[in-house]
Amino acid sequence: MSSVTGVPTVNDGEGPDGQRVPQADRASTGRLGDRLFGGAATASGVIVIAMVTLIATFLIIQAVPALMNNQENFLTSRVWSPGGEEPGFGILEFLWTTVAAATIAMLIAVPFGVAVALFLTQYAPAWMRGPAAALVDLLAAVPSIVYGLWGLITFAPFFKPFQGWLESTFGWFPLLAQTGITGGTILFIGIVLSIMVVPIVTALSREIFGQTPLAHKEGALALGATHWEMIRTTVLPFGRPGVISAAMLALGRALGETLAVTFLVSSLPNGAAWTWSLFNGGETFASKIANNAAEFSSPTRTGAYIAAGLVLFVLTFAVNSIARIVIERRKAFSE
Amino acid sequence: MSTLTREGRATGDRRPRPQHEDQRRDRRRDDQVPDEGATPPGQGPDAGPLAEMGSPQRGRAVKDAVARVVMWGAFGVVMIPLVWILYTVVSRGVHLLLSSTWWTNNQRNINSGDVGGGARHAIEGTLMMAGITAVIAVPIGILTAVYLVEYGRGGLARAISFTVDILSGIPSIVAALFIYAVWVTTFGIERSGFAAALALVLLMIPVVVRSTESMLTLVPNELREAAYALGVPKWVTVVKVVLRTAFSGIVTGVLLGLARIMGETAPLLILAPYTKNFQRDLFSGNFPTLPMMINQDRGDIGLAAAAERMWGASLTLILLVLLLNLVGRIIARAGSVKT
Repeated sequence: MSSVTGVPTVNDGEGPDGQRVPQADRASTGRLGDRLFGGAATASGVIVIAMVTLIATFLIIQAVPALMNNQENFLTSRVWSPGGEEPGFGILEFLWTTVAAATIAMLIAVPFGVAVALFLTQYAPAWMRGPAAALVDLLAAVPSIVYGLWGLITFAPFFKPFQGWLESTFGWFPLLAQTGITGGTILFIGIVLSIMVVPIVTALSREIFGQTPLAHKEGALALGATHWEMIRTTVLPFGRPGVISAAMLALGRALGETLAVTFLVSSLPNGAAWTWSLFNGGETFASKIANNAAEFSSPTRTGAYIAAGLVLFVLTFAVNSIARIVIERRKAFSE
Repeated sequence: MSTLTREGRATGDRRPRPQHEDQRRDRRRDDQVPDEGATPPGQGPDAGPLAEMGSPQRGRAVKDAVARVVMWGAFGVVMIPLVWILYTVVSRGVHLLLSSTWWTNNQRNINSGDVGGGARHAIEGTLMMAGITAVIAVPIGILTAVYLVEYGRGGLARAISFTVDILSGIPSIVAALFIYAVWVTTFGIERSGFAAALALVLLMIPVVVRSTESMLTLVPNELREAAYALGVPKWVTVVKVVLRTAFSGIVTGVLLGLARIMGETAPLLILAPYTKNFQRDLFSGNFPTLPMMINQDRGDIGLAAAAERMWGASLTLILLVLLLNLVGRIIARAGSVKT
């Protein structure tokens, strides 16, 4: 600590041959404190890498034995009976429900989220911006279990007649065919998920839209653009990477959401007929695992659920990687 | 923005500039790009010139008006369910929070259909779990951010940044399964509050890293250079100059991260079964938390008492999260990075 009082450190440890020349960026002087602190920082980074690696490794190690014993095709079967002498389990139904519900959620949440973010940054009167933004931020922090509870108790009764109307009017369309299930249908789960992730999309998009350089916006307006044209030509292009990453974060949330879905979902009996209808029930990966957490008794049983979790991990990993690649490429183009 | 536009145009109109005006008008006729287009018609005092222009002008004006309506409409539509949720939780949960036992009692010997008892055990449990999670996650998160901003160049830094992104996208249930695979299946230790806290650590680290990182990059380089010029070693510079300058921002990030993990339920469901009693031991036995208290009555939603309890616990949880958010924002406002 002597250096703080003004003792020069430049020559610290420097031999007569002048080997060690301090560099601007590597101001580390090789003294104990520097080595410890730099080491700790590096170690923390390595720990983070190790965590992700370990997650993948452990999930794979524990899933493999169960998958070896599996009597069914893991990817294409719809049977789920992981216990017993001849365990057989497949994830097709979970995969379809998870992806379908998340897709519905994104189709609703991204346009609305971006529109609300634009509204809050470009359209709203000044007195409204602060309170409205605070409200959205608060809702982004509301625990997902509360959305599930609200969906189950308050929203479901309002949705039932709407679903009935859709079924009777558009029933000829395979995605909207009647199934007789009225509780936690895929469409209903997707809509509740969209309500849940809209604040996330809005909060993150708002942040980046607000950072659009004023010069860009004024330039567009000075060239005669209308308000909307100004937004289209300056705010949206500038915010695109941020919107993409917000959408991907929201998609990750929607794919992996556990409790909100677990509250709503209506599980299908083994061997229920396959249908493309969005009014069908069915579990997502997360809700299936959560609903059966009490059953983790035998290794095979647990392994089956871990294998399902592994697929979910791969799914979100892929989504995040694609998002990162897209953002990097956008960045390269825009600068 | 519209104020700015209107003002800009107003001054432009008032100022007499004969020469430029001619040029501008000529160009406008050629390119069909009117200066007046800056303000949508019907807003400025002289919407007249636009109205008599050709259809392309009107098309642009219509598009602008439509966009305005769509934005207001989207805001209205989105606010309906969100306000509805808040209203439902507050209106149905508030009377339990005002009852005398809610903040002092636990749920011992109270069945799903019974009224009474409190949430003290779950509130304490949630706070304890958040505390132990923060104790583990915050140092790792801050040091990782320090590495990324102050030390990291090249391959390792890029790898770390990438894994932080991956970690921030991991579903909470996968984090819980991982801890289960390590803690219970591999080492054979019983489920406990601490195991759930470990899963929450995985979820909190990326939040802390990202917020700290953005705060550290805001610290002006002159401060670091000034410290180096005075001969201060790098680690002292980081701790006493960089981290201190960014302190309030880091605290805000930590509080927001805490708010995020306090509502996570999946890890608790798999790793920390609920109990209705007080439980202050994180390392053995069941553990009460607010999300699990909500989840506990899921099967008995038809019973009025159970439903009320769920709303009450939800409101308590939201209030805790809101409190953390508020404190975070106040700290952020009080001491934002000075440039």
